[in-house]
Amino acid sequence: MIKEPPIIQIKGTREGLMVNIGGSDWDSQVQNLIDQINERPAFYQGARMVLNVQTHVLHVMELSKLRDTLSDYGLVLWAVLSESQITEQTSQNLGLATRLSKPETTEPDIIIDPFQKDKALWIKQTVRSGSHIEYHGNIIILGDVNPGAEIIAVGSVLVWGRLRGLVHAGAEGDEEAIVGALDFSPMQLRIAGKIAVSPKKNTKGKLEIARISGDHIIAESWNSAK
Amino acid sequence: MTTKVVTVTSGKGGVGKTTAVANIAVGLAQLGQRVVCIDGDIGLRNLDVLLGLENRIVYDLVDVVEGRCRIRQAMIRDKRLPELYLIPAAQTRDKSAVSPSDMVNLCNELRSECDWIIIDSPAGIERGFRNSIAPADQVLVMTNPEVSAVRDADRVIGILDAEEKGPVSLIINRINPVMIKRGDMLSVDDVLDLLAIPLIGIIPEDESVIIASNRGTPLAFDNRSKVGLAFINIAKRLMGEEIPVSQMENQGFLQKLFSGRK
Repeated sequence: MIKEPPIIQIKGTREGLMVNIGGSDWDSQVQNLIDQINERPAFYQGARMVLNVQTHVLHVMELSKLRDTLSDYGLVLWAVLSESQITEQTSQNLGLATRLSKPETTEPDIIIDPFQKDKALWIKQTVRSGSHIEYHGNIIILGDVNPGAEIIAVGSVLVWGRLRGLVHAGAEGDEEAIVGALDFSPMQLRIAGKIAVSPKKNTKGKLEIARISGDHIIAESWNSAK
Repeated sequence: MTTKVVTVTSGKGGVGKTTAVANIAVGLAQLGQRVVCIDGDIGLRNLDVLLGLENRIVYDLVDVVEGRCRIRQAMIRDKRLPELYLIPAAQTRDKSAVSPSDMVNLCNELRSECDWIIIDSPAGIERGFRNSIAPADQVLVMTNPEVSAVRDADRVIGILDAEEKGPVSLIINRINPVMIKRGDMLSVDDVLDLLAIPLIGIIPEDESVIIASNRGTPLAFDNRSKVGLAFINIAKRLMGEEIPVSQMENQGFLQKLFSGRK
């Protein structure tokens, strides 16, 4: 196999070592990275690493393998930045951060793609405790949202299942956002800037839709909401 | 038969992982299987105590990984069952002494020596947990019928899902039918409802577990013990025997009443 020229840049930042992995072939780039680490293992020992994988599309096997390899060198991989949505999802599944804390500068934020009201993220699985799902649009979940899970959407959230975790709809201030579930008993509910705690405790939830009405979040059964 | 690596984990501490590992290992060994259990809780080892083998430790897991001894030298053979071995954890080191790939290599080396490798995972979801699940072919998640334990089990199942580890099945420990009947304890159905994974065993609450662990004699040696029987049934289910969970473990009158509700 011909090795690609190293398209890897490593620099120290506040968040730890920032490693850019470009190029086209993932395996040979990973090998390049390992070779670089092997040259100066003491320098890398104990470091925290952020990986910018750019356009590489990575699945669980590839990313968890790299994480374990890095941990053999005493490196902690804590964040993966990517332009691919699949890679972002993989990283979130593995509990890795996908964005760094905002730098404290006065520069105006770069405008990200505008919120599209008719765009939705489709999730077909149970969202378990500790999972964090964030999307710049609406979120539809076919499955349960368990206590300890967090769903953050710029738009609305619909759960075709039991909702028992935390949901924040309209996370950037959209007061028109709604939250609905077949079995509606969220631990905590936020819409835009309002917060509500479910008054029910251990009762069987039912199909309900929540929205902002005046100053409060109200939840009502589907029949009366129509 | 190909060797299977089974990891017992829970997220929350104190739910009975180590007890389960000791008893399932004894159960499998009684069925004529060659079993090696590995204590993954480096720095806080316990499995040796529960198996009554603590005074025979010479080498441990970290010695093997760091090349100070051969794997065979660290395998302590049980006096009661000729094909049951323990690889103890080091007590004077911490989790970072071993890496996930060390565990994978170790288990691969052991595959020719035994039928089952049972790994006792430490509590938490950090390095020790990652080490323990790395080589697993099958994972048993253990929980108590308590909201906090179930929440942590849910988190662990989520991580196992994400890492594509499996199959994953559930053991519910310390079931107290009287408390469930009073409505003071989550029922088996409540737990299954939330976690939504297959159930491989239910263990009743019983103070004899504490006595057994102090004595270093797992209850699976005593076939009159309800707890021992429940663990032996888990061992049999691991072997592929189909034993319905509800009928075997629910021996008490109240439990029968309760399971009849299903």
